[in-house]
Amino acid sequence: MKTQLFTFHGGVHPEQHKAESNAAPISVMPLLPRYVVPMRQHIGTPARPVVSVGDRVLRGQIVGAAEGYVSTAAHAPTSGRVVAIEACAVPHPSGLFDLAVVIEADGEDLSIDMQPLDWRALDPSALRNRIRDMGLAGLGGAVFPSYIKLNPGAQKIHTLIVNGAECEPWITCDDRLMRERAAELARGIEIMRHALGCTTVLLGIEDNKPEALAAMRGAAPPDWRVMSVPTLYPSGGGKQLTYLLTGVETPTGGRSTDVGIQVFNVGTAYSLYRAVELGEPLISRVVTLTGHVAQPGNFEARIGTPLADLIAAAGGALPGASGEIVGGPMMGFDLMDLAAPVTKAVNCLIVKSPSLFPPKPVELPCIRCGACARACPADLQPFEMYWYSHAKNFGHAQSYHLFDCIECGCCAYVCPSHIPLVDYFRFAKSEIWEREREKASADQARVRHEFKAFRLEREKREKAEKFAKAAEKSKVAGGADAGAAPADPDAEKKKAILQAALERAAQAKQTVTPKNTDNLPPRVQQEIDAIETRRAGVENTESQK
Amino acid sequence: MIGSPYTLASNSTATIMFKVLLALLPGIAAHVWLFGPGIVVSLILCSAFAIGFETLLLLARRLPLQPFLSDNSALVSAWLLALSLPTLAPWWLYAIGIGIAIVIAKQLYGGLGQNLFNPAMVGYAALIVSFPVYMTQWPAPIVLADHAIGLWDAFDIVFSGQGSISADAYTSATLLDTWKTQVRLNTAPEVLLAQPIFGWIGARGHEIVALMYLAGGLLLFWGKRITWHIPLAFLAGVALTAGVLQLIDPTQHASPLLHLFSGGVMLGAFFIATDPVTAATTPRGKLIYAAMAGFLTVIIRGFGSFPDGVAFAILLMNMCVPFIDDYTQPRVFGHPRKRSKAGQP
Repeated sequence: MKTQLFTFHGGVHPEQHKAESNAAPISVMPLLPRYVVPMRQHIGTPARPVVSVGDRVLRGQIVGAAEGYVSTAAHAPTSGRVVAIEACAVPHPSGLFDLAVVIEADGEDLSIDMQPLDWRALDPSALRNRIRDMGLAGLGGAVFPSYIKLNPGAQKIHTLIVNGAECEPWITCDDRLMRERAAELARGIEIMRHALGCTTVLLGIEDNKPEALAAMRGAAPPDWRVMSVPTLYPSGGGKQLTYLLTGVETPTGGRSTDVGIQVFNVGTAYSLYRAVELGEPLISRVVTLTGHVAQPGNFEARIGTPLADLIAAAGGALPGASGEIVGGPMMGFDLMDLAAPVTKAVNCLIVKSPSLFPPKPVELPCIRCGACARACPADLQPFEMYWYSHAKNFGHAQSYHLFDCIECGCCAYVCPSHIPLVDYFRFAKSEIWEREREKASADQARVRHEFKAFRLEREKREKAEKFAKAAEKSKVAGGADAGAAPADPDAEKKKAILQAALERAAQAKQTVTPKNTDNLPPRVQQEIDAIETRRAGVENTESQK
Repeated sequence: MIGSPYTLASNSTATIMFKVLLALLPGIAAHVWLFGPGIVVSLILCSAFAIGFETLLLLARRLPLQPFLSDNSALVSAWLLALSLPTLAPWWLYAIGIGIAIVIAKQLYGGLGQNLFNPAMVGYAALIVSFPVYMTQWPAPIVLADHAIGLWDAFDIVFSGQGSISADAYTSATLLDTWKTQVRLNTAPEVLLAQPIFGWIGARGHEIVALMYLAGGLLLFWGKRITWHIPLAFLAGVALTAGVLQLIDPTQHASPLLHLFSGGVMLGAFFIATDPVTAATTPRGKLIYAAMAGFLTVIIRGFGSFPDGVAFAILLMNMCVPFIDDYTQPRVFGHPRKRSKAGQP
């Protein structure tokens, strides 16, 4: 078995912190009284609720249906009653609320009739149709709907890469999954191979997980290559792992499928196994809960489990906890509300403390030392991008290939001036997107306006022609004073309707129109206030720079 | 503001600058051993002036003092200038040099990270243009001097002008100066090299200091504070240009070895040309920038009116940095490969 690796440029070695949570086996969360299932858990169009408040649902029943092509379904994690369909706290960096179906569990945990599938007997397209509504999305964090990725379309996929690198510090959910459920995971990978119709399977695992490597090597069929990759963040980035294992670079602006390679996370392979061989939709996932808690570890939590309950399951946060990070410390974000649930994207929750995550030092000017460029796995020059993003010269920032940035955080990690480089890049990207949107809508408005002008012109011309014709006709008819008498009753009626409409409009004007921010329920008002304070905070820090 | 990454590597601008200061210590120690404690006086004076000017300008610009005074960057500029200037010069020479470096070349350009030109070299260039006489009076090595200078003598000389000892008793012309004046008088290089101010490979005394700068520079390289590109390309630029010139006319031009171990070449290669703020940043750009600086150094030495060319060469190349960087951007991951791969690390 040849295991030649291709090293990518840059990368960093942050402290691992894997030992805190990878010792104990995955523990299954007990049934909770209440679950919150957001409709937007994947990239693409949010799911559309298909249940109503008061409905009884069963475990595995669809509560949100896929809407459009890039979308997938959301399912009830247990049996119970729908108590609300409303905006709830969700794990998102903005802290904004989002539509979710709230389910009160009945404690019986009855499931729908789950039908296992003999996938080897099905042709790939029938298999794909079958998993379309299973709610599968990439569990590595990108949550792209899996059934689309399993449909290569016109592109021929020759290689399937399964990502077990888990390069972010602290996170160990894939590690434990590979150690404990290697056989099931391997079957999931075989299903992927079948659906994609590809031959080569490469499994990349960082060498800081020897047990997982051994387990997967034991479970892998002889024609796979289970490869140990050096521990170097971000070896688990899709493009980086692809390059490490194959030496093929994903073209800029493209996907790995452009070069015949598809990448899936090990967690996704495991949930595909459950979806196909057990008939169970994606209603649970393994989440690492670690940091400043009594018993860090991995938990198999149902989708919709409130994060506060997850922390409680780990023995609760220790005294002195100072907030939570969703995801890993390199790419994660601050949790705004503990009521937010576990979603398909949540692979890790880290409870912070000032000693584990000390406050960031003061940001100093860039000295162009180039440490960021040496650490960048995309071969970018972050300090140049920073220079132009900081100056809001977004065109120049883009010319330094801003959009090739994968936001892995290596640059900000090594920066001796402690500049939050990735924040500048996120800001520049969103500004550029916003401008493009504005430009697109301005273009659209211009096209509309031009067409309107053209239409008015055309109508005027047509009217003139019509009048000319009618005038000619009446002349031909012999000049009789026709028209006035028969039109009378009709005109009278029209006048009355017009009068009524005018009166209604006047009345409406007198009653003051309420604003949509008046008379809000207290919770929504609180939410708005919280957002305003955060915004003020951000503006303060911005203006201090 | 998402905030990630939440963990940061433990390095800072202050540590980087501090390591540069540490790497200068072997050279300074050699200087004290060979030339007496005069260098300590100029280091102290320059440091004090640098902190003073930096504080004044930070106050004037209404910037917080603590983060900027503790970043050690003013000290690095101060030490580099102190090591480039003759020791035992009048105190006001140091004050003017540091004033120009810190006030004009650094703070008026926007402070740390914003300056186009290396501050120490701007200070040096201003002084050599304005006060050429003072700038060529270098104390001779102790072994050649008629009079050894102690620490208190040094303070006395620096602050009172002459002190109790005549300047002739401890200074001598530098090697590069002697070379320049003598070869123009058609003195044969062999005769010149037999003079006592020449050592084994460079100027007596200064060659050891240069070796120690080389050692300190290698420490910086192993400590990953600098990459190999700039020092190597700079030294190669000096050696190649000197070699070609010597081949063309051995009666006028010194050997590559003599060029490498005299004047500011070693200090320039490892500590001045590598200043990240003013140097090129791309791998290929660094090679071009430093090789050109090395080339210009020898050209200025050989044909210009100043004895040494390191400062002017680096300043000239500082000007070209934005241009060089722009044309040497490395290929970004996933972008099509171009034909040439020359100079890639």
